[in-house]
Amino acid sequence: MIGFILKRLLQAAFVVVAVSLVVAVAIRMTGDPALMISQGATNITEADLQRIREGLGLNEPFVVQYANSLIGLLTWNFGNSFVGGTPVNILISRALPATLMLAFTTLLLSIIISVPLGIRAAVSRGKWSDQLIRICSLVGLSFPNFWLATMLVLLFAVTFRLLPPSGMSGFESFIMPTLTMGIILTATNVRLVRTTMLETLNSQYIMVARAKGLSENKVLYKHALRNCAIPLITYFGLQFGGLLGGIVVIERVFNWPGMGTLAFDAVAARDYPVLQAVIMILSLMIVLVNLIVDIAYGFVDPRIRKE
Amino acid sequence: MARLLRSPALQRFASLEFVLGAVLLIAIAGTVILSGWLLPDPTKISLSSRLVPPLVNAAHPLGTDALGRDILARVASGGWISLQVGFISVAGSVVLGVAMGLVAGYYRGIWDMILMRFADVQLALPFILLAITFVAIVGGSITNTIILLIVSQWVQYARLVRASVMSLREREFVLSARAIGVADRNIIMRHLLPNLLGPVVVLMTLNVANNILLESSLTFLGLGVDPSIPSWGGMLAEGRTYLQTAWWISVVPGLAILLTVLGLNLLGDWLRDLLDPTGRTSR
Repeated sequence: MIGFILKRLLQAAFVVVAVSLVVAVAIRMTGDPALMISQGATNITEADLQRIREGLGLNEPFVVQYANSLIGLLTWNFGNSFVGGTPVNILISRALPATLMLAFTTLLLSIIISVPLGIRAAVSRGKWSDQLIRICSLVGLSFPNFWLATMLVLLFAVTFRLLPPSGMSGFESFIMPTLTMGIILTATNVRLVRTTMLETLNSQYIMVARAKGLSENKVLYKHALRNCAIPLITYFGLQFGGLLGGIVVIERVFNWPGMGTLAFDAVAARDYPVLQAVIMILSLMIVLVNLIVDIAYGFVDPRIRKE
Repeated sequence: MARLLRSPALQRFASLEFVLGAVLLIAIAGTVILSGWLLPDPTKISLSSRLVPPLVNAAHPLGTDALGRDILARVASGGWISLQVGFISVAGSVVLGVAMGLVAGYYRGIWDMILMRFADVQLALPFILLAITFVAIVGGSITNTIILLIVSQWVQYARLVRASVMSLREREFVLSARAIGVADRNIIMRHLLPNLLGPVVVLMTLNVANNILLESSLTFLGLGVDPSIPSWGGMLAEGRTYLQTAWWISVVPGLAILLTVLGLNLLGDWLRDLLDPTGRTSR
């Protein structure tokens, strides 16, 4: 078990280093921040640009800059924003909770809806309720998230004026973004729950439970659901990256003060430290979630450890 | 005739999913193909007929936008862009991914390790952030969107093919082919590749749908297709300004994306039941 955990940790560390290298190289190809900062100012000389670059630490060799950024990730110190000079970790500490709260409410909503619906579809396999649930989930899967968000704004904010169209202010502002991502995620998860449940229901211990004369509800919720839980949690973990990506997009529609908005503003201003920190932190979270799911799976299912 | 209709083979073929998906896609492809002859120029500005609502003016059945351009013509023309990006990007990812997956799964060793670590890295990079950075470097265009989609999607095929090859290469027909001295190249081309076709085709169908979604969201965010070219994501971005006064500018292109993606997903689902009943490509 310890060998298994060490191996996974090593793989995760490799991924983090590789991602950071890709990001560091890519970001430095996006353009010269000194030019962006001096934009609009008159009579800028090459000496001025040079001074700006020096102030931002851009004259150091790439290896030094990269090493500094890795140390920064470990010590949660990402330097200052090129725009306005705010420390990046302050910007992040405002934006990250906004994004994560949305991820949490979305996940919660989708699990509450998709687990009972998926079980219902699996139990009534081939019947009309199964067909209906399957077709509805296919429709849900096909929605472009940013359009669904726009349509919710059109309905609830423009037409009925029930909800605030954008921003993060109190409980009400969470409803539309959560619904947007929740609907799409639920559509995916209903199918996952259905498939997993169908596999479980075919297994022998379910037959034994039924033969013992247990009530159907007990069979489903005590025996089958418990055994479905492990693969389902793995799937939910693997979805985390896609979920964050989706939230980043709809943050744009709802003007949500999260990591997506931060990233878009940063790329427009060539604000390296901010953009780099956003990408690194989101990737780190995805790696961590997958690592935790992997290790948890290894604890529960010994076969995984031998792979 | 009645017996033929009830035969299990045909029933499976003509399932609800297939019929719905095929009807949707034929209708959309038909509109896109015929639009060049039947519909007005999608870029023609006519300020005298701005913001015409749908179903009011026979010349503009789906209305016009803020510059008086015909929305039906723009949606049809945007559909051409989306279908092009969707199909070309998937073709590119399949070629790259299948080749890499075959090599990694058949020869294992160093290739396999490189591929799997590459896949790990890609799983951890959120696509949209990769796209932001990529577009900041090279700029947005149709070609760059296609390249970006290939770069971010080929690993899926490589992983699928690798996993299938690893189990296929231990099967008797491959072992016996090897025992009688068939060259590796022929084993891969004649024995492995045909057996991989089913799951790869299923993944391709679902991937075209997904790439159309990704392309339109990139364009919506201003990171994809140039705004001067009519495209679904671009029309939606313009429509946001007029949400209060002209809802149809935002509704029509979104519906077009929804129906196209739904049609492809329905077909993909149907194909999966047909070609890949064990569910290697299930999500």
